[in-house]
Amino acid sequence: MGDVLVYIDPAVNTRLLAFARPLADAAGGALVALSANGDVPGADVVLEVSHPALSPYVPEAHAAVLAAAIEARRPDIVLVENTTSGYDLGASAAAAAELPFVGYCLGVTPAGNEAEAVSAIYGGQLHATVRTPLPAVFAVNSVALHEEPQAGAPAQRETLAPPPALDALQSSFVEALEPPDEGVDLSSAEMIVCVGRGIGGAENVELAEELAEALGAELAASRPVIDSGWVAKARQIGKSGATVTPRLYLGLGVSGAPEHVEGMQGSELIVAVNTDPGAAIFNIAHYGAVADLFDVADELTALLG
Amino acid sequence: MQIAVAVRLAPKAGDELEPDDSGTDIDREYVEMAIADFDEQALEEAVLIKEATGASVTAVALRADGAEQALRVAYARGADRVVMADAGELDPYDSRTAALAFAQAFRELAPDLVLVGVQTPYDVFGQTAPLLGAALGRPHASVVVGVTVEGDRARVVQEYAGGRLAVLGLQLPAVVGVQSASSPPRYVSMTRLRQAMTEATAEPLAVAVEPAAAAPRIVSLERPAPRAGATMLEGDAASIAEQIVSVLRERGALVS
Repeated sequence: MGDVLVYIDPAVNTRLLAFARPLADAAGGALVALSANGDVPGADVVLEVSHPALSPYVPEAHAAVLAAAIEARRPDIVLVENTTSGYDLGASAAAAAELPFVGYCLGVTPAGNEAEAVSAIYGGQLHATVRTPLPAVFAVNSVALHEEPQAGAPAQRETLAPPPALDALQSSFVEALEPPDEGVDLSSAEMIVCVGRGIGGAENVELAEELAEALGAELAASRPVIDSGWVAKARQIGKSGATVTPRLYLGLGVSGAPEHVEGMQGSELIVAVNTDPGAAIFNIAHYGAVADLFDVADELTALLG
Repeated sequence: MQIAVAVRLAPKAGDELEPDDSGTDIDREYVEMAIADFDEQALEEAVLIKEATGASVTAVALRADGAEQALRVAYARGADRVVMADAGELDPYDSRTAALAFAQAFRELAPDLVLVGVQTPYDVFGQTAPLLGAALGRPHASVVVGVTVEGDRARVVQEYAGGRLAVLGLQLPAVVGVQSASSPPRYVSMTRLRQAMTEATAEPLAVAVEPAAAAPRIVSLERPAPRAGATMLEGDAASIAEQIVSVLRERGALVS
């Protein structure tokens, strides 16, 4: 087997390299990191590419570079992380290179000229075992990336020529926006009451607020609740919100999609109430109850009040 | 200015999903299918742009059980035109082939802007927006939380880890994977839905997709194992609440 090529999202950590290391070692191939940021600990080879269009991030520019790196190195396995850049680049790089793509991966195991991946689908309710021919592109869920890469011998540096597409881009970076400061800091909260889609509507959020107040907790919400406009954006936990590590996370009607779990799995104590016994949140909860969240929240508020 | 929106079906959130007899797909028999969450957001964003600019909105679905109804809902939500793409025996839940079918439909319809939900809960073989962008050879961006159109460019707000935001300019035609509309999808009245039942007529559009030679496939589908040592609390709501409080006391999460 050949190399493992890892696209390093300039905005996140390099844990994807720790995920990639056993794959490269098993194959006897090199662990090649493609980074627009220069230094990458834990890679065997760093592909350096320098062009003004690469920073700040523009999807089209990074897609062109990833395609060029695949063309130059012809790796057996290409890994991206399921961050915004992973969504932008993974499937499009696969399509450009005419390679198969497997998304939402929690684990990848090569076997000869094939690989088997386990992917979290339907919001983590089900795990699909996927078999794919190699070479292939895999997008790995952030929730599966636990370890930092071990820094080994200094990586060999190779220069990748900037692809000509970078000089003829049809998209551009305009400006960074500052999200409004709403005076909420979930990341330092000791206790969090988090509402999910099961809360049903804006009119029911008050009930969770009362419980949060009785507990001395911050109110938070998962993405569907935020996107519906029921709770302020500053209170979002998950991929596009805060990452929290409270002593208590109490989830009410939260399904536990991987994008949410990556923002709260470090909580010391996870208690979840959901009417759906198949909700993925029960797979990471320390304590779970299949029950009506409204009844349980009322009873809790009464006990604590 | 023409906007096309891909409308896909997904199980209603909260429905309990089970593998079917093949063990490689979900059993849809008792599951309610509706427009996928993020596609609802994409459709809302398209209608917001229409309201701001007078653009026309075409909703496109792939033929499947429930797709006619989804297109009527799209019409009720503000689509001007609804199109049913028919790719014969194609599996509309295989995200890669579905994206190729949508790409062919969009080549025919030639919209200035394609909006599609950033993901479906089952697009394990590739998300539609990047696959469409690659297939159509047009710029694309995913995880977008707002789109406006200025001349021949789309101004899109892309969201990153932790909620950071940046504005990108995409030369039209372009493809955008929408995470959330600029404002939440609006309530559609029953009257409007009933009206759409009679008014909306889906235009048929035949598309053909060649199956990929080296395609990944699902070999099994399972419920994940629960966390080792997880405790399920039983009893009525009052009893569950008492058990939660006593766990919090034991763990020192409650002082009193």
